Amino acid sequence: MTQIEEVSIDQFKHLVSERALTGETMLLNMGPQHPSTHGVLRLLLELDGEIVVNCIPDIGYLHTGIEKNMEAKTYQKAEVMTDRLDYMNPMGNNLAYVMAVEKLVDLDVPPRAQALRVILVELQRIASHLVWLGSVGLDLAAMSMFLYCFREREQILDIFELVSGQRMMTTYFRPGGVWRDVPVEFEKAVREFLKIFPKRIDEYETLLTKNPLFLDRMLGLGLLDAATALSYGVTGPTLRASGVDWDLRKARPYSGYEQYDFNVPVLTEGDTYARYLVRIQEFRESLKIIEQALNKLPFGPVRSENRKFVPPPRSEIGVSMESLIHHFKLWTEGFPAPRASVYSAIESPRGELALMLEGDGGPKPLRVHLRTPSFDNLSVLPHIVKGHLVADLVAILASIDIVLGDIDR
Amino acid sequence: MGVEQKLGDMGVVTTTLENVVNWSRTNAMWPMLFGLACCAIEMMAAQASNYDMSRFGMELMRASPRQSDLMIVAGRVSKKMGPVLRRLYDQMPEPKWVIAMGDCASCGGVFNNYAIFQGVDEVVPVDVYVAGCPPRPEALIHGVLTLYEKVKGEKFKDLAEKYG
Repeated sequence: MTQIEEVSIDQFKHLVSERALTGETMLLNMGPQHPSTHGVLRLLLELDGEIVVNCIPDIGYLHTGIEKNMEAKTYQKAEVMTDRLDYMNPMGNNLAYVMAVEKLVDLDVPPRAQALRVILVELQRIASHLVWLGSVGLDLAAMSMFLYCFREREQILDIFELVSGQRMMTTYFRPGGVWRDVPVEFEKAVREFLKIFPKRIDEYETLLTKNPLFLDRMLGLGLLDAATALSYGVTGPTLRASGVDWDLRKARPYSGYEQYDFNVPVLTEGDTYARYLVRIQEFRESLKIIEQALNKLPFGPVRSENRKFVPPPRSEIGVSMESLIHHFKLWTEGFPAPRASVYSAIESPRGELALMLEGDGGPKPLRVHLRTPSFDNLSVLPHIVKGHLVADLVAILASIDIVLGDIDR
Repeated sequence: MGVEQKLGDMGVVTTTLENVVNWSRTNAMWPMLFGLACCAIEMMAAQASNYDMSRFGMELMRASPRQSDLMIVAGRVSKKMGPVLRRLYDQMPEPKWVIAMGDCASCGGVFNNYAIFQGVDEVVPVDVYVAGCPPRPEALIHGVLTLYEKVKGEKFKDLAEKYG
């Protein structure tokens, strides 16, 4: 095991201001083990008293080599890696990946599978925002928010367990559709959630939205204007709180989002409080989408009939030798994909999650590259925390909603 | 509902000091508030309303290693994080225990590659391994209770040898 390197101020000379070298300002480490960095992020802070003069994020403490690992696996097997990428949003990562594979090999997806994908991805968005809201509460010492939010999140995880057998790392979406049809209890479980969740959002709002203590910690902090946000490549609720109406679900609809009627919440204040409000409103919009998708959920197959890429169903394997061989070949050798490069992007709870996939004619991808929203959103942090107190840095960092698995990958 | 009500007129109870100390350690074991990756979210869920680990005397997650007895390594440990993890472990006061939560911390999990330690036991000594990717909150609680069984059987003599 390698030792922690002892560092001297000389190594940070180019990153910090002149005043740090004379000892006028202080350098302070925040992280990698810190309850408010939402994972293993290290922030090197240059402080003048309690004012942040400079903030230098140091990432890579969770570097997992996911892209490289995916290149060593066949197209079906690489999917399990995407679950563990942004671990608040496994369903969304799966969707970005299977859409890329479908685009690469030109595979059709039945309408029922598309609608199921939308329902589950929107549930995942709610679950992700719930974890966010809970941990913002914890950061600002509102412990009860954490307990309330995780209560509702458990209900969503129960639905995921119902459809896929796993709470978090579901790998439920597969190239050409979904793993299997949802059980009959699915609709009841989702309707139950749709029924109680609006009241629960009101409950959260009663606790926070007008709470003077909460407002004191959130209003007017970390101002981010639209031009800066765009120049840093910020996406998602953080961008929409700065007044830019950009949501891939509206701008470049995928998986049948164009059929659903929903609004994209946009606010112009660009502060920490606006980011909170945008996410609260997204709860309600996600519920609208889920309800519509559930009401007109079409019947039919949930997986493409194209046997070149989709294994035969279990029922067939028992009676047909050819199907058994075919299934075996698909899982041991995989399917070849053409020599081409595709790009698929979705709107994850944190912003624009995109995946570039390059085929080389064989069963494994030649190159996988991910454009992850947290990485770009974090890049704007040093810009927006300058001049704030260290205590406010916690609120600002929480408001851009980063996931370290998403940044370091 | 205190111990007085249950024991009532029992009078004198004799036991060994070892038993009393071990018993008290199992009922107030403070874990370190330290999450790495996906498992950290399940660890949070185990702390939250539905599973509520505080039933087992573990409601106090301490953000500082100097106040904690138990390190739950929740997630994959990268080559860059390994030395930091070791330093945190060294800063914990003795006696201390480690739970490797999840497949990545136990054996590297699906990430058999250049960036991840193939098991956190390469960095710190591990007492209990919890399987799953990620383990359910119940599994983590089971891991904790398994650790309690281990702690209840510990001998002062062994601890003195272990920590010098």
